[in-house]
Amino acid sequence: MTPSEQASATIGSSEAANAEAEDIFEVYSPTPYELMKRRARSHPGFLIGTAVVLAVFFVAVFAPLIAPFDPFDQDISRRLINPVWGIDSSWLNALGTDAFGRDYLSRVIHGARVSMIVGIVAPMIAAVIGSLIGMIGGYYGGRVDAVVMYLINSKLALPGLVVALSLVAVFGGEVFVLVLVLAFLFWDRYAIVLRTVTQQIRAQDFVTAAEAVGCSVPRIILTEILPNVMNQIIVILTLEMAIAILIEATLSFLGLGIQPPTPTWGNLIAEGRNFMFFKPYLVTIPGICLFFLAIAINMMGDGIRDITAPEGRN
Amino acid sequence: MLNYLINRLFIAVLVTITVSIIAFSLLRLSGDLAAELAGDDATEEEIAQVAKAYGLDRPLYIQYGSWAAGALTGDLGQSIFSNEPVFGILKGAVPTTAKLAVLALALGIIIAVPLGIIAAVYQNTAADRASLVLAVFGQAIPNFWLGLMLILVFGVALRWLPISGQDTLLHFVMPTVTIALSTLPQIMRLTRTGMIEVLQSDYIRAAYAKGLPARMVILKHALRNAILPVVSITMVTFGFLLGGTVVVETIFALNGLGFEAFQAIIRQDFPVLQSVVLFISVIYIGLTLLSDLINAQLDPRIRLS
Repeated sequence: MTPSEQASATIGSSEAANAEAEDIFEVYSPTPYELMKRRARSHPGFLIGTAVVLAVFFVAVFAPLIAPFDPFDQDISRRLINPVWGIDSSWLNALGTDAFGRDYLSRVIHGARVSMIVGIVAPMIAAVIGSLIGMIGGYYGGRVDAVVMYLINSKLALPGLVVALSLVAVFGGEVFVLVLVLAFLFWDRYAIVLRTVTQQIRAQDFVTAAEAVGCSVPRIILTEILPNVMNQIIVILTLEMAIAILIEATLSFLGLGIQPPTPTWGNLIAEGRNFMFFKPYLVTIPGICLFFLAIAINMMGDGIRDITAPEGRN
Repeated sequence: MLNYLINRLFIAVLVTITVSIIAFSLLRLSGDLAAELAGDDATEEEIAQVAKAYGLDRPLYIQYGSWAAGALTGDLGQSIFSNEPVFGILKGAVPTTAKLAVLALALGIIIAVPLGIIAAVYQNTAADRASLVLAVFGQAIPNFWLGLMLILVFGVALRWLPISGQDTLLHFVMPTVTIALSTLPQIMRLTRTGMIEVLQSDYIRAAYAKGLPARMVILKHALRNAILPVVSITMVTFGFLLGGTVVVETIFALNGLGFEAFQAIIRQDFPVLQSVVLFISVIYIGLTLLSDLINAQLDPRIRLS
């Protein structure tokens, strides 16, 4: 071994030792995504809320398989049977039967379907419309923004529920009509929040850089701004989901939503209302379903906000 | 300030015109309102008669123009159902809804503001969490269902309260509680957020440093600044409630604006519906304008930006 070879061998081995030392002392820094996963796992509200929402979702999807009876099957000889905890009841109709002798459990299970469709699709359509309007206003500023503010103000000035009621009365209580009407009712919150957030993001260097490189405006909005406002959109989406489900139930309850005999939780309450003084379960059960689903969605939404932006908790 | 005022007024007028057009079109969106009013088995002749009787045979812009011109002078036409002047119907319905909205807001504020203060002062304690749970409850409970449950418990089981009508103040207890619970979360969260922010500021530390008692610092120094957004949201909520009490009015049989609107929709009574919607919107626009101006007066940064 020549001296020079010897020297290089020494250097080599000391390099190896250094690398080993680095391995020992290297600080493990988790990625933002991993941090989010950790925060999600230690957030009981988020976990419980999401579990309940997912459970209702699966019940809605597989309703025909889960429900013990056909929700439309009438049996006049078995009408207004109490739920299992009441008198003269049986496990055959665990939640009793309604005034037409239809199995109440099956109707409640099928009722989840409309709530889920409306609760998911309407806020999503609203999110697309509202986010685009808000981002365009926030990005361009000036006159474009003035038009956006005018649209938002006009929307806010209208009494939403009354307008929704008249639109549903005119166009009929089909699911897709309800979804579109509710989407029209809910786009403003996305627009208001995204307009402000976009104004802030717009001033940042990476947007200026994209402009300098010559990116088109749609590209800047979709690839530079949108990823940075996604958190906000998802948080609003979950909160609006709860409101959409409650408003759908309200419209059904007033008799202007999905028409009976289709089971929706709002319809069940409206139908049960005539009997509620001596058969209160007809009203309490679907109401509790609505209440717990809305609480679960709110817990999920608050959880998502804490997890994605822990600094903005207050 | 003058520039700001003119700018705001201009927007308010523009929004009012837009809203009046939408209110005017609501029931006309079905295409042929006269055919709808005449019923399913009406002949062409009958439909034409109905159209002529209600002025629906005129071009749309003339119908709109005459309604809008009338609205400016307080003449809103007649109900096609009862032939009563719409102005009279509004005059009869507004006090009921206004009373309900004021009572509900007052109850909401009486509960929500102290809760918000406690939640902020004792942040992240059991008291804070309990008030947040109440807020989530208020957000999640279906309004109409809460009303029915109150009727079941306090009207039927306990027989403490009357379940329908509006003759006495007792009739307003259950409707007020129902609506107050839904306005409470927003007011509480806003008070809490505002207080948390203010309590961290330097002048609060200074107030503590000079030895003022905590109660005085919180209620006199901090609350005064934290309450501003609450005041403006309260005004806006009042405007919102004028159109937002439909369900509660229907359940408790109160003859307010929401109930009239609902009736008008079912009966396709377009003169009543379009005027109720316009009225509610104009009040809302007026209240937002007022709250903007108050804020601008109190905070120069707003009017100069």
